[in-house]
Amino acid sequence: MNVASVSTLQSKFASRPVSKLQAKFHSTLLTTIAASIACALAIAQHTSAGAAEAWKPTKSVEFVVPAGTGGGADQMARFIQSVVAKYKLMDQPMIVVNKGGGAGAEGFLDVKGASKDPHKIIITLSNLFTTPLATGVPFNWKELTPVQMMALDQFVLWVNAETPYKTAKDYTDAVKKAGPSKMKMGGTGSKQEDQIITVAIEKQSGAKFIYIPYKGGGEVAVQLVGNHVDSTVNNPIEAVEQWRAGQLRALCVFDDAAMPYKAKVTKELSWGDVPTCKSQGLDVDYKMLRGIFMAPGVTKEQVDYYIALLKKVRETPEWKDFMEKGAFDQKAMNGDEFTKWLTKEEARHQSLMAEAGFLAKK
Amino acid sequence: MDEITSLMHGFSVALTPYNLGLMFVGVILGVLIGVLPGLGGANGVAILLPLTFTMNPTSAIIMLSCIYWGALFGGAITSILFNIPGEPWSVATTFDGYPMAQRGRAGEALTAAFTSSFIGALVAVLMITFLAPTVAKFALKFGPKEFFAVYLLTFCSFVGMTKAPPFKTICSMMLGFALAAVGLDTVTGQLRLTFGHMELLKGFDFLIAVIGLFGIGEILLTLEEGLAFKGTEGKINAKIVIETWKQLPKYWKTMIRSSAIGCWMGITPGGATPASFMGYGVAKNMSPNGKNFGNGELEGVIAPEVAAHAAGTAALLPMLTLGIPGSPTAAVLLGGLLVWGLQPGPLLFTEQKDFVWGLIASMYLGNIVGLIVVLTTVPLFAAILRVPFSIVAPVILVICAIGAYTVHSSMFDVWLMLVFGVMGYVFKKLDYPLAPMVLALVLGDRAEDAFRQAMLGSGGDVTTFFSNGLVGSITVLALAMLFWTPVRALVGKIRGVAS
Repeated sequence: MNVASVSTLQSKFASRPVSKLQAKFHSTLLTTIAASIACALAIAQHTSAGAAEAWKPTKSVEFVVPAGTGGGADQMARFIQSVVAKYKLMDQPMIVVNKGGGAGAEGFLDVKGASKDPHKIIITLSNLFTTPLATGVPFNWKELTPVQMMALDQFVLWVNAETPYKTAKDYTDAVKKAGPSKMKMGGTGSKQEDQIITVAIEKQSGAKFIYIPYKGGGEVAVQLVGNHVDSTVNNPIEAVEQWRAGQLRALCVFDDAAMPYKAKVTKELSWGDVPTCKSQGLDVDYKMLRGIFMAPGVTKEQVDYYIALLKKVRETPEWKDFMEKGAFDQKAMNGDEFTKWLTKEEARHQSLMAEAGFLAKK
Repeated sequence: MDEITSLMHGFSVALTPYNLGLMFVGVILGVLIGVLPGLGGANGVAILLPLTFTMNPTSAIIMLSCIYWGALFGGAITSILFNIPGEPWSVATTFDGYPMAQRGRAGEALTAAFTSSFIGALVAVLMITFLAPTVAKFALKFGPKEFFAVYLLTFCSFVGMTKAPPFKTICSMMLGFALAAVGLDTVTGQLRLTFGHMELLKGFDFLIAVIGLFGIGEILLTLEEGLAFKGTEGKINAKIVIETWKQLPKYWKTMIRSSAIGCWMGITPGGATPASFMGYGVAKNMSPNGKNFGNGELEGVIAPEVAAHAAGTAALLPMLTLGIPGSPTAAVLLGGLLVWGLQPGPLLFTEQKDFVWGLIASMYLGNIVGLIVVLTTVPLFAAILRVPFSIVAPVILVICAIGAYTVHSSMFDVWLMLVFGVMGYVFKKLDYPLAPMVLALVLGDRAEDAFRQAMLGSGGDVTTFFSNGLVGSITVLALAMLFWTPVRALVGKIRGVAS
């Protein structure tokens, strides 16, 4: 190869790679743009004409999940996103963003800081109350704008199906017999809902557990299947598959009434067949909020838009399936009723956590 | 054999022109995602998940898993070319890949990396095809103490991996542990080392540290050296692929070792990142060429790549059989399953045969497609090295900044990236190794959680790490790895004296 051809080769390559890089940029950009255009077009055709909504999102809506990927809140957020996309309920795309740092504080602080921004909504779990109380991170639900309670998530006492415990009493008796700090209760996070329930069980039954915190509910269920912990208080949706496969046994539900779902989940049992813990002498009642909030300072019109949107979501058959699969309590509320409920719930968490000694040192 | 029949059925589901088209789209998107640091597979899949809502579940997961394969392949590209790992699991690929590129062997390194990735994936898919139920049971045996033993093994097999003096390695590793401790402590639910700064409550993200330490650090270093024009002699033609392939078979032992490590780490779920480090460390200790690792040894590229891709693939197994994700990307895919109306768990294999075997078949096809796509681009990527650094550097800088921003959509992270960049520069100037810090940063948190969970369970009894055959043998193996290097050095000395 002579010198001239080498230099032409070099110049050829010198120009190509740059454009390759740019092309890469462009193609990612293009994909995004193309996707959003496609979405927008598709939506435009289906927008319900003449709806009396005074306000509509003018850009993409960020849906903050104050927890990691794969957990209960994340599942629900992505589910809502999929329903909104499928039925084209919104002109603008909805984007789910996980901000789970600091037990969700990252997400809450992000929304709190986005004052008057109507393009940001957040789904909450009990960490709305527990995180500020346990860590002292400065935020409170009153600094956000409550929009809609979507449902309440139940908690069930689970043991491995290979164990001999058939009722909650069998199990708490066995824990008492084993002696304090012998049996292990696995749960999600520390000083959060799972540990609050554990402390309540201890108070009621006199049994004493070793509480072992894990990062996520799915992990906890699998640890129970592997016999690395003796029991869990997983949400139904976190353990339903292991229950169906006959690996776990549901002892009781921490609610004052049995769950209303009558369809068989396992071969013999439905969610409705799981007795309440109260009926088993374990008077513990705890449910977790799955609600939607917005940033502070948004207008009533904007809140009403999301209330209407979420109402449409809750009316879809997909949503009903989702509720049934996860055995959710389908209580839904908004406005003053919701605010009152939140005030009451905050006070309850305050006293539960104070009793358990979980409050942050000031 | 049932599996073969099921698999053939799976191929019939996956092998439609539409699905094949989706595979190409997925792999190409994935490679782009892999190349851009920060925009990891998990982020990429999460961003593109909404596109699949209207597809049927099988097509949707084929496309998303192909994005995942693409990202696994693509991570190696920038590691080799610019010493900037595109993905966490390609950090170990920089150790030998970058020196190779600097000597004009970029094409060779890229080919080896891609092919190794493919082999790793193939082994893992074969395992998924034939051993899924058995292996799923094995994964259930892992509780906190077993997890800690695995992390211990990763750290121990790392010792002696870098050429730096042990003191510097330990300093670097300890700094990594300290950084990993920032943020919320899982066990007590308290914030640690945040000093009241709310930006710190989410801790230091590994990705931002990697982008800064490697990417920005490298640019600063090169700037100082006066914008040197590196890797100019890179041969760029298709022949290089064939030539490299000819060399690969002689590293079969390394490949087997790394595949085994990868499959195991993917299932347990340690993930691709520890697998790549462990694969590299083990290869360095066991290989006759071990001494040359770090100077541009082909085997040093093969070992981590085989392990990473095997782990990345095997990570889908616990997701399908147990409903637990073996990696962050698998966690997003898991969310996808729910959206498409499928519930991952022990019954998925029996109740959703079409879906599961379609996915498994697409793992074979997707990786073949992936290999074709990336190999055809080897000359293109290798050619990037011919661009003057003064043009490439600003582009890299911008890509790094975008990458750091996308991790949490936070501007704070971009500043943090620059701080890590300066830190990386200082480390390099003082000859401290970066890799131990990165490893400690990515695994320190999880190792600590596992250790403390195990301690809670055993009431503070350390012998719990020897309490059963499984955990005992992993712990013993870890300690053996730790003392392997000094013992071997000692034996060498004694022999030297004797002769």
